[in-house]
Amino acid sequence: MNTILDLQNISTTVNAGTNEEKKILKNINLKLEDGDFVTLLGTNGAGKSTLLNIINGSLFPTTGKIFLKKRNLTNDSEVKRAKYIAQVFQDPKMGTAPRMTVAENLLLATKRGHHRGLHLRGLDKHLDDFKKETSQLPNGLNERLNTFVGNLSGGQRQTLSFLMATIKRPDLLLLDEHTAALDPNTSRELLELTDKVVREEHLTCIMITHQLKDAIKYGNRTIILNSGEIVLDVKGKDKKKLTEEDILQYFAD
Amino acid sequence: MSLITSTIGQGLLWGVLALGLFLTFRILNFPDMTVEGTFPFGAAICVSALVHGVDPMLATILAFLGGMLTGLVTGLLYTKGKIPVLLAGILTMTGVYSINLLILGKANVGLLNKATLLNGKLLQKLPANFPTIVIVLLAAILIILLLALFLNTDLGQNFIATGDNENMARSLGINTDNMKILGLMISNGLIGLAGGLLAQNGGYADVNMGIGTMVIGLAAIIIGEVAYGDLSLTARLIAVVIGSIIYRLILLLVLQLGFSTNDFKLISAIILAICMMLPLFEKKFHTRKLLKKE
Repeated sequence: MNTILDLQNISTTVNAGTNEEKKILKNINLKLEDGDFVTLLGTNGAGKSTLLNIINGSLFPTTGKIFLKKRNLTNDSEVKRAKYIAQVFQDPKMGTAPRMTVAENLLLATKRGHHRGLHLRGLDKHLDDFKKETSQLPNGLNERLNTFVGNLSGGQRQTLSFLMATIKRPDLLLLDEHTAALDPNTSRELLELTDKVVREEHLTCIMITHQLKDAIKYGNRTIILNSGEIVLDVKGKDKKKLTEEDILQYFAD
Repeated sequence: MSLITSTIGQGLLWGVLALGLFLTFRILNFPDMTVEGTFPFGAAICVSALVHGVDPMLATILAFLGGMLTGLVTGLLYTKGKIPVLLAGILTMTGVYSINLLILGKANVGLLNKATLLNGKLLQKLPANFPTIVIVLLAAILIILLLALFLNTDLGQNFIATGDNENMARSLGINTDNMKILGLMISNGLIGLAGGLLAQNGGYADVNMGIGTMVIGLAAIIIGEVAYGDLSLTARLIAVVIGSIIYRLILLLVLQLGFSTNDFKLISAIILAICMMLPLFEKKFHTRKLLKKE
């Protein structure tokens, strides 16, 4: 198996040296193999989002190293890491540009992490592709390629965010409660789509969720964080045996 | 008649400034106060160069480059120095004031009938005010074409995305700091150019000529938007210049009503305030519907 992500001794401390000093992550060691689809659980404040931010580069760890496909990314900025890592945020507004059209958003995403110079953007050349990509998605995005994203519903915007994250295959896909802001039906549709795309494209993915059922149903691996430490990491058969009662045990202080 | 042609000329000149302001105010989505320093800076550079015998074309280009420099300073203070953009602009604007005095040597310098871009030999054959209209119209068309082209490149799309959703832009690997600096440089370049052209048109540069330019530029942008509504980006650029001309015509009208030029700044502020509140009125009284029925 190929190791995709390798976190070595990651710790983060905020307000170091003051009375408010707090360790958010404590010496995290984690390896993700090629095709791992991890559901990441934990109470509020357990450090889930911090961990994702450390991986995507919007936060830097106090100690430790980050490798992606054996490249040391520890000191690379979020902008540099975008070449390898794609993400979908919780808030549908965060992942899309409202005053640009659906097609323009998608075009930006196809060039994620690439050098972009003074070439004409060539939107027309991509329209057929975009039509094809979006026609397989729920909620009729293919009919709205030239609509400004600000006029879409939350569900459509989040589906678009997800397509933007995967339209150019990332080495690692990060999903931060990406269906939490949606109504139950739309949320289920997007989760099903996520599951399908991650499996078909053999993506390596970390998905934060608060829904225990979803954490059990999706993915091949479940990790639980509690007070900045990994308290459970199960994969394959062991994960399939996992029940909601099991999980709740690990949520206790 | 000459009153109207001179007003249209003025509208076009200020339209160049408004185009620059559009890049920061509407696309990057923040107010850039540097404008009020950049505008007299461009004028000071241009006039000083002309007085020292520099070719008018070169003097005008120098005004553009000078503007880019102030944009660069604000951009660096904002992105690298982490100073809030409003304050970064005010700092640059304040600092440039002294530099303008240094360049001009005194508060006001006249051109004393030096040759300018707007009074060349061929242009002299045109009726009064037309040289300015012809040259600045050509400049405005060229600027709009280049901007429209730029905004349709990959780099231009990154620039738009940065203003639209910075978080998303960064997560897609767009260096948003660089985009903001680039935007501020092009924007202030155009504003410096407008300063240079207006100085050549008026025949002088004054260190205080920057006061109120922000309001004039914004008025042009907003009048253009109120008059034309939803448009494509290229059409919005054209609307900005037309908005600038409309704004000048409104001022002319007000002047005809008996107000003096001393009241200009107050009137400018009132016109802009009214225009910015128009969408509110529209919602309340459905004025747009009423206008359409008529």
